[in-house]
This record gives sequence, C-alpha cells and structure tokens, in this order.
Amino acid sequence: MSVDTAQRGLEPVIGLEIHVRLQTRTKMFCGCTNRYGGEPNSRICPVCLGLPGALPVPNREAVHMAVRAALALGCRVNGSSLFERKNYFYPDLPKGYQISQYRHPLAKGGGLDFSGPGGPARAGIVRLHLEEDAGKSIHAGDRTLVDLNRCGTPLVEIVTGPDFREPGAARAFLTALRRLVRWIGVSDGNMEEGSLRCDANVSLRPAGSDALGPRTEVKNMNSFKAVEEALSAEIDRQAGVVSSGASVEPATMLWDEEERSARVMRAKESAPDYRYFPEPDLLPLLVTAEAVRDERSGLPEFPGERARRFSEVWGLDADTAAVLTDSRPTADYFEETVNSGAAPEEAASWVAGEVLRLRKGRAGGAAPGTLARLLERVAGERVSRTAAKEVFGRLWEEGGGPEDVDRLIEEMGLQQLSDEDALREEVGGVLARHPEEAAEWRRGREELTGFFIGEVMRATGGAADPHRTRKVLEDVRREGRA
Amino acid sequence: MSLPASITRSIPTVSDIARWVASGTRSAEETVREALDRIRSDQPHLNTFLHVNGESALREADRIDALDAAGRERLPLAGVPLAAKDMFVTPGREGPTTAGSRLLERWRAPEGYESAVLRRLRDAGAVLVGKTNQDEFGMGSSGEHSAFGPTRNPLATDRVPGGSSSGSAAAVASGSVPVALGTDTGGSVRQPASLTGTVGLRPTWGRVSRYGMVAFASSFDQAGPITRTVEDAALLLESMAGPDRRDATCGRQQVDRWREAAGAGVEGLRVGVAADWVGAIPGTAAEALEEAVGRLEEAGARLREVTAPPVEDALAAYYLIAASEAGSNLARYDGVRYGYRAEGCRDLDELYGRSRGEGLGREVRRRVLLGAFALTEGYADAHYQRARRVQAGVREAFARLFQEVDVLIGPTSPQGAWPLGAKEGDPLAMYRSDSFTVPASLGGIPALSLPCGCDDEGLPMGAQVMADRFREDLLFRAAGALEEGPS
Repeated sequence: MSVDTAQRGLEPVIGLEIHVRLQTRTKMFCGCTNRYGGEPNSRICPVCLGLPGALPVPNREAVHMAVRAALALGCRVNGSSLFERKNYFYPDLPKGYQISQYRHPLAKGGGLDFSGPGGPARAGIVRLHLEEDAGKSIHAGDRTLVDLNRCGTPLVEIVTGPDFREPGAARAFLTALRRLVRWIGVSDGNMEEGSLRCDANVSLRPAGSDALGPRTEVKNMNSFKAVEEALSAEIDRQAGVVSSGASVEPATMLWDEEERSARVMRAKESAPDYRYFPEPDLLPLLVTAEAVRDERSGLPEFPGERARRFSEVWGLDADTAAVLTDSRPTADYFEETVNSGAAPEEAASWVAGEVLRLRKGRAGGAAPGTLARLLERVAGERVSRTAAKEVFGRLWEEGGGPEDVDRLIEEMGLQQLSDEDALREEVGGVLARHPEEAAEWRRGREELTGFFIGEVMRATGGAADPHRTRKVLEDVRREGRA
Repeated sequence: MSLPASITRSIPTVSDIARWVASGTRSAEETVREALDRIRSDQPHLNTFLHVNGESALREADRIDALDAAGRERLPLAGVPLAAKDMFVTPGREGPTTAGSRLLERWRAPEGYESAVLRRLRDAGAVLVGKTNQDEFGMGSSGEHSAFGPTRNPLATDRVPGGSSSGSAAAVASGSVPVALGTDTGGSVRQPASLTGTVGLRPTWGRVSRYGMVAFASSFDQAGPITRTVEDAALLLESMAGPDRRDATCGRQQVDRWREAAGAGVEGLRVGVAADWVGAIPGTAAEALEEAVGRLEEAGARLREVTAPPVEDALAAYYLIAASEAGSNLARYDGVRYGYRAEGCRDLDELYGRSRGEGLGREVRRRVLLGAFALTEGYADAHYQRARRVQAGVREAFARLFQEVDVLIGPTSPQGAWPLGAKEGDPLAMYRSDSFTVPASLGGIPALSLPCGCDDEGLPMGAQVMADRFREDLLFRAAGALEEGPS
C-alpha cells in the first residue's frame, strides 16, 4: 500500500479523534452507576433520561481524571473551560443535545511518544475535552431498540494533529495511548467494550508538500486491527481516485468489518450544523493551579520513562524494558523483586516469563519478595532454574511467601544435587546401566553427553545440577573411568 | 382599582393562615376545603386550573392537623393552600405535569422525581391544591397560548390575565388561593401580577433551585411566588430559597430574613426612578407611581431620576437568546421516550416532525424555529452572539446603576390588561408587553411587581422594584414601604 502511494509521489496524512471512557464510579452529570453492560435501561434517572426539568451536575471525579489524562499527555490545562451544547436529534440522545466542550476545552497542546513502525515517534495532541456519551441504538430488523445505560457516561475526547504517515503508526499510537490511560488509572481502554473509540481523518498530498488535501473521516473501526485495515483501504481508495485524475470528495465513511471496506455515510456538504452554544445549566469549569499541581504530583512515572530508567539503572535492553513496562502492575512487580535482593537480569527474565504467564493462566499469586527469595536459592545453586519454575508454580497456586520457598523445595524433593561425590555416584550408575552407549560415548559420540545428563536428571528426579553433571561426566571420561 | 368586594372580603393572607393553623385556631382541613370550594366555582369561567388535587390536598391537610402543636409551629407555611403552575413537576401519582402543552398532556413523573422548590414549600406545610393553566412551555404574555384554552382575568373576564403564569395570577387575584407559584423568564410572574393587581416576585437567578422545573430558557428561568402582599412574597421566598446540590447554578447564598426587611422601612435607601419608563405608561398610572415613590421620600428614602437600560435592544436580545435556549431545551420532546407520539409514522423523520408538529402549539413552534435560526452557523454571530453582547451591555448598565442607587423603580407593564384576542396575529406586539420586565431577566437581578394605580380603563397597573443580584433585602425594604397594605 504505502509502496503504491510512494510510487505515485503521494504521502498519506492521518489524524485521530479518540474517545476514552473514564472509569468513574458514576456518570458525568448524574449519580447513575458507570458500568458497562447490564439489563437495558436499568441505569438511568431523570437527568440522563432527559426528563422535563432535569439538570446536569458535573462529576468531580471525572474532572480529576480528565486533568490527569491531560497532564499525562503533556497538555496545558485551562484554568477555566466551558461546557457547550452540541445539538442534534437522535433517539439515543435523550436531551436532543450532548453536553460537550467546544470553543474552550479543558486542555490543549501536548503529545505522546510511541514506538512506530519506523522507530520511536511522537504525535501531537491538539486538544482534550470532557463530554458525556450517548446511549446505544441496536437495529433489529425493522425496529430500533434504544438502551440508555451508556447515556451520560463521562468521556474525554482526544484530538491528535495530522501527524501519522502510515496506518501502522496510527495503530502503534493507539497502543501507546491505551497503555497510558490504563497506566494512570483513568480508563481500561478496552476497545471491544467501547472504552476506547477511534475515528480517523485521512487525506493524501504530494510528498514533501505542507498543505493538506481533501480528507475523509472514517468511523466505526472497532479494534486496533480494524483501524489499520480501514486506514490502508481508505488510503488505497484515495490513491486510486487521485491517479485517475479526479479529486477526493470530502465525506464521512463507515468501515464495514465484514465487507472489509468503507462506504460513504454522508457527504461533507450535508454535514450537520450543531448550533453550539454555552451550556446555561452549568457554570464555567474552574480548575485551580493548586488542583493541577496536586494531580501532577500524584502522577506515576510514565511507562516510557520507567522503561528508560530500568535500562539505565539496571542495564536491561530496550525490548525487555518495554515488556516489563507494559502495565503498571508488571513494572511494580519487577521493581519490587529487584528491591528485595534479586539480580536485575534474572528478575527481568522471570517477570517477563513466568510471572506474566502465570498471571494469565492461573488464579493465585506470589509476592515479589517470594520470587526474590527463590531466585536467591537459584543463584546459590540450591535448586536448578528448571526445578525452580516448578517450585514457583506451586508457590503461585498456594499464595506462598518467602518463608515457604525452602520448605517447598524440600517437600518437592528438588534440592539440586551439586555435591560432586553424589553426582559421581549417579553418573557412575547411569553409565553402568547403559554400557553400549557408554562405550560409544567414550569413543567420541558427543551427542550422547546430553542423553546421559538427561538420565542423571531422571534418576535424581530433576535435582541434579545439569552443568555440574556435565562437568562430572567430562571428568569421568577424561579420567578414563567407566 | 381594587378587587370586587365579594372577592376581597374573606381572603386571608399566607401569613394569616400560617399563623392560625400553627396556633390551632383554624384547621388546615378547613382552609384547604375552602380553597377547593372557591376553585370549583371559579374554574368553569376562568379556566385557572389544569388539574385539581382534591383528595391528596385534603389528605395532606389532615396530616398537618394531626401534628402536635410543636410540629405545626415548625411549619412556616402550615396549612397554606398553594397552587403551582404546571411547569413544576409534581409526583406522578398525583397527576400529570403538562407545561400547558398537548405534548405532555398525559405525562406523569416517575416515582421519586419532583420539583425541588415545590417539595420545599410542601415540607414547610403548604398544601398543593392544584396545577394552574399557563402559556405553553412558558412562551406567552397573555395566557392565550395554552393547549387547554385561555385563562381569563378575574377582574374583567373579557380580558387577559397576562402570562405565562396566567392561571397562577388568576388564582390569587380571584381569591381562590392566597399564593401560587409561577415561573418568570422574561416577566412571566411579574407581568401577570401587574395585570391582575397582585404581587409577583422574581428572585435573583440562582437563588432558587430549578431542579424539577420544566425548562424554557435556562439562563433566565426562575421560580417566583404570586401573592397578595409583599410580606407574603417574602415569607414564601424564605421557604423557597437556598442551595440545592441537584442544581449546579443554584448559589450557596444563605436564606435571609426577608419578612423583616419588608417591614424595615426605607430610611437612607437610595432609590432610582426610571423616568423614561414612567413616561411611557398611561398618565393615570404614572401619577400613581410618582405619588407612591413620593411617599418613599417622605419616609426617608433618597430619590433620584436615573436612566434605565434601553428597552428596544434589551427586548430583541432577550427574545433571541430565550428562543435559542428554548429550541434546545425543547429538543427532548420528540415522541421517542415519553409524551405525545404521532401515530402511523413510517420513519424517524416523520416521527419527529409529526409528533412535534402536532404536539406543540404555534407560538412554541415559532420560537423553536427562531432559536434554531439564531444559532445556525453563519448567522449565529449576527444574532445569538450579538444578543449576548447586548446582554453584557445591560449587565454593565445595571452594575453601574446599582453603584449609584440601592433599588430601581419603574412600571412593570406598559399597559393594563387588554381584551382577549386583541394581540392575536401580532407576535411583536405581544413581545412588547415584556418591555420593562425583560431587562431584569437579562441582568439576572431580582425584581418584584406590586399593584400601583390603574390605566385609563381602570385596570390594574404595577410598580416594579429592582435591586442588584442577591440584594432581595433591599428589594423588600422598598417594596414593603411602597405597598399601601393588603388590597
């Protein structure tokens, strides 16, 4: 795709408009519970239903979360912002208007670093504002069913600059944004449940030009993968239009997941006029410098920063650091394990490996301190790394603590056999039980070394230290003992 | 002009009734029953009430009578029969809330949802006897724009009572109830009070909760009582006002002792008289107003002539902004979730178009369209934004004025009650009846109308007192002194 456009001397320009659902306890302007799903129309009240005489009251938690998100995205928070009414008719919009922000948004001017297809990249954030969500319309045959549970849920709308040059970059940005909103605890960023929604603006221009070409808006992309596919398809379509000598008609396109194509929803000329005006039922939203300071000081170290610190302080490579900082709990686990005495590289390998695997699969959990104690035992050759994984599995299931490590090692009979005399005895036994193989091995068939190590491991129930065993085998062969 | 003797003779004030019932001299059941009787005899020819709460009112009265003396004394409005404009949401089990519209003719509020201010008054002991007729959704100045027929002025039944709180004003003027709750957006409490010879109060915007009050133009809407005395209005405000967490625009200003203020006199009060407004009303009324104001001076006030904010600009600005907000506030009435839904619609557009077209009256449709136009991209700057700039000018003018004076006094309405149908087909003529009330709405300031003189046909005219935002104390001092006593 991109080869195609590049050949035609065209450059794609993509900008994103993302809606993130804030995980507040209650809705944006009323006290209804903010939760996904539920019996249709069970979480509604006069306010979010838009009954005559109902009034909105801003949710303080939502404002705090929005400020936090704005700061995490490097934005300037406006001390005074304004709610405005976005007026349009639709059955899932009970008041006939959505309370949003227009001329004076909560925050402006930030950016987000991300790992693009071409390496580290950064996209600008033009603005961030607060608004309420509409309900859901479900089209069933010749009827439309309206569920207003979602109506009134708090959203932040984040608008990027036209900063992406390929669909893969847009996708990578969304991944980074999702990680960030989860990291700072404002949203679960779940696209499948609608906690994160994305619309895109796409246009083409001659490579090297500064001007922006006519653009289309693409909506209804329900996964990161769909975003990438839809954008690719739209860029191809536009490239085709341009190369046939025509110019792209501005329009709103709806992505169809099944058809793998976008169709025109409405042409630009008939784009609705929302007749924005300041919401008279709400006073200007004031955020004091002190409140901003408080939110800022409460911000955790961001994933990128933390990954960098892991690399700098503990010498981890960038990829490992990235895996460890994919989520805050993971990063915290790793850091605590190291702080409890484990060697950084060992800890990194175990957290990125065993801990993540177990967390996905099994119920239970073992504290970082427990892992650290176990790794101590591995370092001291008390238990082999292989055996330790089994021990950790048990610790995880049982929710064991550091004091359980030694006990379990013994219980499971996994103390590593490193004592050379004992090993020699085992080695001797194995060689005696396999005389033909032993003879061939002494004659030079190196691959049998592995076989004998395996046999020793079997005979000792996995307790033998494989490296020591190998050494003993070599010694035995060299000494010419059979 | 005063009320016919048959009406004035036996009508006690809010203050009287509350005192009698609290002390046990009269029972709440008695006062409520009398009110219901009067309503029953008035209703056929005046069309004051849309819904009468006969049974529930008597039950409420019984509950009050069953309290012990201490319980009754705690109720500032014990046993007072109260009527409320049908803009106030009342419990669904008591009846519908229609806002004077066919669109809400059968709408009943769900369990637990009701008007904050009405709940406060009822918790203070007032007994709701019924919901009064009104211009649809508050849009009108005569009482002729109800979907349920016009209300007539009790003082002259071939005349309008004013609007949009037409039924509330008529109910008090006819003596059916001592107090009725109305809503004032551009003058809808003050103007009908002026046309019916009663007292109408518009509190500061933000003084009273709007939760559960059907919205017309949110930045101007305010609940206000219509009574027969200034003291009664003060008493009502004491029970109505105060913060409400369900209304983000309802301020935290504490309730004051306004009844005391009404009797505190005007010694040293700086009174501004809107000379150009006074010059615009019929001579008989102007004389009465000047004479009343003269008495203030004798009582110690310091008088001066001032220039009130210009009326033409204010009127245009008000109507544009109000229509814009109204169009948006009424968008929820679409036949989808509640209210009137046209039958046999084939698609969504038809559902919207016919439900609203059939459910909403002409004046309402006119204003919704006007509002949509005023906010349309390309026109919003020339209309809505410009109107807001004019409003800012009016606010500045008031701010400057209230540095020089404590209260501003002028007429409430340019004329007395006109004949039913006289302004039909001339919307602008109708809008002009709000000329003197609209400025206070734009300014968000409190204003009160009380009877003062009459026009050259003997129909009541009103004096309007205005003060700076949240200065109802000054308002009541002046109004109390202006009043000649209960009429």
